[in-house]
Amino acid sequence: MSVLELVNVSKHFGAIQAVSEVSFSLEAGEVVGLMGDNGAGKSTLVKMIAGNFRPSHGAMYMEGRELIMHRPVEARQHGIEIVHQDLALCDNLTAAANVFLGRELRRGLGPFRILDYASMYKRAGQIFAELKSETRPRDLVKKMSGGQRQAVAIARTRLSDAKIVLMDEPTAAISVRQVAEVLNLIRRLRDQGITVVLISHRMPDVFDVADRVIVMRRGRKVADKKIAASSPEEVTGLITGAIEQV
Amino acid sequence: MAVTLEQTIERKERSWISTVLSSQTFWVLIAVLLACLFLTLATDAFATSRNLYNITRNVTFVAIVALGMTVVIISGGIDLSVGSVLCLCSMVLAVTMHAGYGIEIGIAAAIGTALIVGAFNGVLIAYVGMPPFVVTLGMLSIARSLAMVASNNTVVFQFGPDHDKLLALGGGAWLFGIANPVLYMIVLALLTGFMLRWTRFGRHIFAIGGNEHAATLTGVPVKPIKVAVYMISALSAGIAGIIQTGWLGAVTTNIGSGMELQVIAASVIGGANLVGGVGTAIGALIGAALIEIIRNSLGLLGINAFWQGCFIGGAILVAVLFDRVRNFRQND
Ligand SMILES: Nc1ncnc2c1ncn2[C@@H]1O[C@H](COP(=O)(O)OP(=O)(O)OP(=O)(O)O)[C@@H](O)[C@H]1O
Ligand SMILES: [Mg+2]
Repeated sequence: MSVLELVNVSKHFGAIQAVSEVSFSLEAGEVVGLMGDNGAGKSTLVKMIAGNFRPSHGAMYMEGRELIMHRPVEARQHGIEIVHQDLALCDNLTAAANVFLGRELRRGLGPFRILDYASMYKRAGQIFAELKSETRPRDLVKKMSGGQRQAVAIARTRLSDAKIVLMDEPTAAISVRQVAEVLNLIRRLRDQGITVVLISHRMPDVFDVADRVIVMRRGRKVADKKIAASSPEEVTGLITGAIEQV
Repeated sequence: MAVTLEQTIERKERSWISTVLSSQTFWVLIAVLLACLFLTLATDAFATSRNLYNITRNVTFVAIVALGMTVVIISGGIDLSVGSVLCLCSMVLAVTMHAGYGIEIGIAAAIGTALIVGAFNGVLIAYVGMPPFVVTLGMLSIARSLAMVASNNTVVFQFGPDHDKLLALGGGAWLFGIANPVLYMIVLALLTGFMLRWTRFGRHIFAIGGNEHAATLTGVPVKPIKVAVYMISALSAGIAGIIQTGWLGAVTTNIGSGMELQVIAASVIGGANLVGGVGTAIGALIGAALIEIIRNSLGLLGINAFWQGCFIGGAILVAVLFDRVRNFRQND
């Protein structure tokens, strides 16, 4: 059974049709590249899966059961984690505070529970070490490099045992060495049976790690192929519209 | 030996001393202490128990409201209605007690009024999406007008059967000769500081002020928290109104007028940043203290009171300028 299945999912913002009748399914332990031109609807699509937007039409099924979410917290409860394109970081907070934003660790009883700073610093530090990122949990995000900021956003997906990790251009702002680190992380996630959706404009990254590629153009899905059966040239043609559909 | 990744991650960038030294609040506190020292040496009247009692008590009304204002400013908002809300709540308390109800009912009515006004502001800002400046500017006008309607624009100085209790509440000194308002201020500051630093709610207020969009995306309940923030601000104004009524023993409809500017000044001098995401409870108190010391010292030094605005305005500019200079240095 598919981990996640989308059936004719659409999303419009007023008159703008951002996503139109997209259907696909994701299997466990699969890496899917999601590609498309700017404004093709990629971010909107993953935000629906992450509970940030509700689809205007269509349905999503997780392991066979219909998935209806009103808030991002519910997606996380279902094991769906996301790295947002703009990273969604608060500059005025520490790295650890950002990692735990919306699911802060607390200690104590009932209404008297207080933030557990020590545990959050410790856990965030462990995740940064695992990501091989020199990011200090106590530092303010304001003062961090692009790569460190990306590490903070990615670290959020490691807080719980996710089933699906959605990455919206996680390699956009980082060095070659760190790109390799992120791709390695994606492979490790896959080996643990986690499904990864990787949105990227970088063809080599997608062809490097993905098992399958989905191409979107103007809100519609125009291709859904095994990487082995496709080529960068074909995907480029699909993105630009030189190739209509496959 | 090579430094491992784990060691780099574990390293603390700054000691707590450098954190304290780099905070605007700390330097404003130093300014307050230096001013006190100077006034003690330069005048005979400053360090008398009478004058200190007056200063500490006068600080409290601005300081209590500044606590609520700081919370709003941290969330990235502003509340211009606090002075009028203070007036409205005082008047509701006065009119209720004047009509023969007990002090408990009077206080409950005043607090209830504050919470309703705060919720009204908050809903318009968070759910309807109106700018905080506009909403609270409207409320500034509405609340004072309602206070005039409630009292028919008269002075209320008869508080019914519990008259003496109310005056003792605001004017007494129940603990070690410290004026009651000062005690309330300390308790409220501790509560606010605790909330900001140790609760998830407080953490989310900082997140909203830092990047509201990010807070929304990560699932922080932004709208309810914003409503709560404006309720806290109105509540702080209401509490200050109750205490001030007890202390003055009379309420007029121009109590608290123009207070919003002093309160915002206190928050900003104490380190709250109007851009949002930065501020502390202790900063609100220290900012309020600096303003009161300036006012008090001008009187003692025999400087014409007309200069007061220049000194307070100067303090705002210097405090914020100082913060800018420090940031320039760090960014170099
Ligand atoms: N919150 C929103 N309100 C209104 N329109 C939106 C909103 N979010 C996205 N859109 C519109 O939906 C369309 C798809 O946007 P989306 O961000 O999903 O594209 P994308 O494929 O992620 O592009 P990019 O590669 O530039 O990130 C665009 O036309 C965009 O303007
Ligand atoms: Mg996008």
